[in-house]
Amino acid sequence: MSILKAVITAAAPDQKQLPLQSLVDQQGETKTALQLIADEAVTAGIEEIAVIICPGEQENYVKAAGEHASRLTFVPQDSPRGYGDALLRARDFVGNDRFLHLVSDHVYLSQHPRGYAGQLIDSATGEDCAVSTVQPTRENLLPFFGTVGATRIANRQKLYEIKSVMEKPTPTQAEQYLIVAGLRASHYLCLSGMHILTPTIMNLLEAEMQAAKPGSSIALSPALEQLAKSERYLATEIDGGRYNIGVQYGLLKAQVALALSGKDRDEILTELLNLVAESKPTSSHNTSSGA
Amino acid sequence: MKLDANEPNSIAGKHETADWRANRLVNVIETSDNQLRNQSLDELCKGSNVNDLLSDSAALDQLWRTTDNLYTQVRALFFLSAIHRFHLPKQFDRTRTAPGKIPFESYRQLLERRFIESIDSLLKSQQNNGPSDGISSALAQAYHELGFQRLADQVRKSVRTVRGNQWMFRTGHPDDHPLRFRPELLARDEHSPAFPILSETTAVRMDFSHSGWSDIFFLGMDFPAGAKVINASINLGVVGRDEQPQPPIECYLRVIDRPVLRLVSIDLKSSAEIQTISEVFDFAADYLGLLKAAVIASGIVPAGMDGCGESIQPLLERLVGTGLGIEIVSKVNDIPKGSRLAVSTNLLGSLISLCMRATGQVSALAGKLTEPDRRIIAARAILGEWIGGSGGGWQDSGGVWPGIKLIEGAEATESDPEWTISRGRLLPQHSIFGFDEISEETRKKLQDSLVLVHGGMAQNVGPILEMVTEKYLLRSAEEWQARIEAIEILEEIKSALLTGDIRAVGEATHRNFYGPLQKIIPWCTNLFTNTLIEKCQSNFGNQFWGFWMLGGMAGGGMGFIFDPSIKPEAQSWLQETLQTTKKEFESRLPFAMDPVVYDFAINDHGTFGTLASAATAQMPYEYYALLIPEWLKLEPRDLSALSRFEMETLGAEYRTEFNAPKFRILVESILPEKDSKFEASESLEDLLTRHGFDREQHEQIRADLKSGRYGLAQNRLPINTNIEDVVPTDVVETRNAIDQTHISLGSEALRDGRVAVVTLAAGVGSRWTEGAGVVKGLYPFHQFAGKHRSFLEVHLAKSSKIGGEHNRHFPHVITTGYLTDQPIQQHLAKFSNYHYPGDVLISPGQYVGLRTIPMMRDLQFQWEEMPQQVLDEQQEKMRASQRSSLIAWARQTGEGLDYRDNAPMQCLHPVGHWYEIPNLIRNGTLKKLLDDHPQLQTLLLHNVDTLGANVDPGLLGLHLASKNCLSFEVIARRLEDRGGGLARVNGQPRLLEGLSMPREEDEFKLSYYNSMTTWIDVDRLLSVFGLDRSDLNNAVKVDAAIRQLSSRMPTYITIKDVKKRWGHGQEDIFPVSQFEKLWSDMSGLAEVTANYFVVPLARGQQLKQQAQLDAWLRDGTADYVNAICDWN
Repeated sequence: MSILKAVITAAAPDQKQLPLQSLVDQQGETKTALQLIADEAVTAGIEEIAVIICPGEQENYVKAAGEHASRLTFVPQDSPRGYGDALLRARDFVGNDRFLHLVSDHVYLSQHPRGYAGQLIDSATGEDCAVSTVQPTRENLLPFFGTVGATRIANRQKLYEIKSVMEKPTPTQAEQYLIVAGLRASHYLCLSGMHILTPTIMNLLEAEMQAAKPGSSIALSPALEQLAKSERYLATEIDGGRYNIGVQYGLLKAQVALALSGKDRDEILTELLNLVAESKPTSSHNTSSGA
Repeated sequence: MKLDANEPNSIAGKHETADWRANRLVNVIETSDNQLRNQSLDELCKGSNVNDLLSDSAALDQLWRTTDNLYTQVRALFFLSAIHRFHLPKQFDRTRTAPGKIPFESYRQLLERRFIESIDSLLKSQQNNGPSDGISSALAQAYHELGFQRLADQVRKSVRTVRGNQWMFRTGHPDDHPLRFRPELLARDEHSPAFPILSETTAVRMDFSHSGWSDIFFLGMDFPAGAKVINASINLGVVGRDEQPQPPIECYLRVIDRPVLRLVSIDLKSSAEIQTISEVFDFAADYLGLLKAAVIASGIVPAGMDGCGESIQPLLERLVGTGLGIEIVSKVNDIPKGSRLAVSTNLLGSLISLCMRATGQVSALAGKLTEPDRRIIAARAILGEWIGGSGGGWQDSGGVWPGIKLIEGAEATESDPEWTISRGRLLPQHSIFGFDEISEETRKKLQDSLVLVHGGMAQNVGPILEMVTEKYLLRSAEEWQARIEAIEILEEIKSALLTGDIRAVGEATHRNFYGPLQKIIPWCTNLFTNTLIEKCQSNFGNQFWGFWMLGGMAGGGMGFIFDPSIKPEAQSWLQETLQTTKKEFESRLPFAMDPVVYDFAINDHGTFGTLASAATAQMPYEYYALLIPEWLKLEPRDLSALSRFEMETLGAEYRTEFNAPKFRILVESILPEKDSKFEASESLEDLLTRHGFDREQHEQIRADLKSGRYGLAQNRLPINTNIEDVVPTDVVETRNAIDQTHISLGSEALRDGRVAVVTLAAGVGSRWTEGAGVVKGLYPFHQFAGKHRSFLEVHLAKSSKIGGEHNRHFPHVITTGYLTDQPIQQHLAKFSNYHYPGDVLISPGQYVGLRTIPMMRDLQFQWEEMPQQVLDEQQEKMRASQRSSLIAWARQTGEGLDYRDNAPMQCLHPVGHWYEIPNLIRNGTLKKLLDDHPQLQTLLLHNVDTLGANVDPGLLGLHLASKNCLSFEVIARRLEDRGGGLARVNGQPRLLEGLSMPREEDEFKLSYYNSMTTWIDVDRLLSVFGLDRSDLNNAVKVDAAIRQLSSRMPTYITIKDVKKRWGHGQEDIFPVSQFEKLWSDMSGLAEVTANYFVVPLARGQQLKQQAQLDAWLRDGTADYVNAICDWN
């Protein structure tokens, strides 16, 4: 069964501007982050996209979506109750279909002909189950990511069966519950923000919402943990990179990565080297040891 | 590195055989048949000769070198140690083997903990020079130490590899820190600088039974099926002080508005603001070592950051945010040290739990913990104990768990780091008894029956735990049987708890104490405890249901179970009886504090967390009493907003409720109490005057010390002094039977009353109680003929026997000093001189010294120049840090100044045993002896701890026949016999003190050690002083003669550790300088004619430390002593 729907969550109030930021893509065209994310989905075969937004942001997003505007359905998240709630708002849009879920603060880049999302969709279609993209991540970055405990699937490259999911675990918890055989020492499989999910996730989110105290927020990771317990749920490492534009210098890094993999690679490389050559640290900001 | 067992030139010795695997002892260790495996080494070695034992040793040496299995390795090492310590020496004694010399190099390697090298070089020496007592003593020590090192390494390795602990060892820089504080702790009102406070309350643990110390890590890891403990988490209150029992441990944590790590220990009245990561790893810099260990073990400052050299600010920035810091406060509600309730491990567990809650490493921020959380906290507590250089058992963090639980060893499975290394896991399994198993009613009955007390003794339980491990590995028949019995008793206690029969619990714990526990370790009890139990029995008859030893040994925390109907009465009776019994024993046994009686209640929560919001959060008021005086010293502008806010808040409260007790404590902390030091120093002056302090000599010594004429380095003889071992003609060998002529000569002198004994008991024997200052001579150290006996009682019992055999009870003089005089006089009077039929005379000391702050150069010499025991990695760090603070203390306090900052008695020092004979002359004792017994000709002088010395007629005859002034008894040197010996100094035989050896290695050339026991010809000795019997009336002449001879005796400067007690059972140890003159230097005087008698080890061995007791009992010396005593 093909996957034709995607859900992008963009309703976090402190991140609502991120999809509107401009970047120059590999072809040298200036696009918004939202356009790049939608490009990724559409290239992978997605036909309809729901975007969960802060109330009142629709107009900005329509402008930012460019040629993809017509595919977008906007779902405002009034009285927001967290990430889980944001995704749950797409329940009607999703219906009984599996869907691609992306976050709006990440830009993806892959040299693979199918692109980042395309590889994920192929994997989910082939395995006929929910799949999340993961990336081996050093333990000092655990405070920033959801992390999965999983076992490697025999004779399969970079494909894992998820046993548990924890949101921003401590290394103590990670070492006890999330060790994945075969990874480098002190590395864990962290979610990289793209998932193919089955409609079950909506039921699980709903149940979580019912169980939560009125007004409190719900996260996605506990529902994913439940998903792993209720049906086959895999993780895959994708050939490519993801760039979080919501962190300090994130946008810059994403831009450099795009430029270095596009047609202007040589020009940008030269510029970067010039910058490096001309730069010198101010005396108060010498690089500290080990930093 | 493993050595190749098949290497033809292996140094394991010439007794190595190609088929060492077929050796009987190797088979016992390697077999999987439990019956064969549990055989006792003593039984196996019965009837073996030297060759059998050496061939066993060679095979065992191959075994430990070739195996990876921890148990096999360690058991082989302990077998080897025991063969060299106990079995071979008996054979050497039988075959009169020459003493043998220990290569200095091997000794140095031992000190540096290079055990394998040391063993190799000792075996080489054994191969080249033949086996000997000396070499075996060193091998025994080296194998023993290596065995314990292997055990400790494995515990550490296991605790590091427990999942959940590993990451901390690879996080080496603040930028890599993977933890963040939970957002709830950062939530504050924007108008207030206060953050929420997370607090943790934790119980302590009380063990019903530990099945013969089976919670020692190694026992649990090797014999999981036998490792069983039942313990309960309890809340405590002090009777008469607290309204009701509370969890005795409270800890607090909060974010603060200064980028520092502030650690506060309310009970130790200590706080510090830590600015660099390296300060966190400096455990001895202050009293906050336990908090620091918790900060490290909880991962707030991961262990991998040791030595990263960074400021703590970037780390705090990651954890809590820019400009912010963390404060951690601990408070133990006045539970003194030595409570045997594992207060420090549970405090560590509580602090770790608090820190792990704050950083989200356990699931709940507040409330109870889940079982996986408690397990990780227990693992971290073990890690923390290792980091802090302390150690406990695996049941000790029991207070973290709720209620009553059975804790059992668990078999290692494939997923455990211990798999293939040891049979059991490091961490045990906890099963909490539900209320359906041990009913509410039973728990109440227990509370209504048990009186929990702290007897006031705070002793080091470490040596006991080592003895237990060793005995377990050797499977000594009686002890192994006792272990099995202890496991059965635990089952009995369990059934009694399940059926609610508390009387049966009391009966079982009582039987456990008098049965298996004392069979395994006779020293787990003492006379104080036995007396208390006897008093309970005689006062309450069968309404006293039993005694309950808590933890590792009795004397501190203990339980007494009574019929509930008399509990209140028994409780107040015990309170009084504990005090009076302590008074009775305080000069003889080390008490750190006054006894306490507790109320207790079982804690059914386990450790419990509470989060107080920023608006309502306050630290305990003792916290403010500790910190506000510090804050008041600061300029207001230097105070943080949070501190200002807290003072204002308290100020506002004070205006409405100024009568509240917390404000009284606060005001008292600001307004100082009258300094009582002045009065104390007055009484020091009185003491100095009373005990013969010579100020002139003191000032002279101080001047010489400061100018560098005296000092540790100056104690030594010039480097060009020629030191050699004596030749056979220099000594008189008496270990082979002494001929009948001499025996008859001695017997005749005994019958004629021509002899008296002088027992030196002036010093307190600081090594015996690690500086606690009790009277060693009166210490009831061992049970002979069913009763605890003191050193002095043993000496009088020996004199009694010899006197009885010769129908003449000779006089027995006991020399006393300023610390021991009164207690000894009172004690002997109370016990009628232990019914000794002859005269007992006391010779009080006439000289005393005043300790001084040591010179830094002497401390450095002692710690850096002299070879000394390198400790295990973490303890070595602790020691280095302690030493640098002690050097700073000496510098700040003033080198060479008088040491007065302690109890007055602790500031005085004895001036060395050379003065004992002059005392005898000066104080009139000798005159009285000679007046009463004009025929008296010979004195036998010996140390209080030389238990085998008696008036042996043969030795007395030899001495008399020689017509020499002095006859010194020497023994074959063993490794532990350090501090001098018999030498040829520039060709002249004499006794040489260790302090004066020109080089350390000189001592290792010497075959004989000085036992200090000396036969003295009274008249010849007086003539050395320039006196005769008629001069003893002339005090002026006597004084001048003593002063004259004293000036010819060397003055040694020594550094001694002195304890300073404070708080509730807390102790600090300071090194102080003192001087002494030593008796053995008499042998260096040209006019003194001397013999050197080589006597058997059992006669000359000195009992210096309690850790020697077990070997002393096992090597047959205790039996030897018993046989020469008359207990009637």
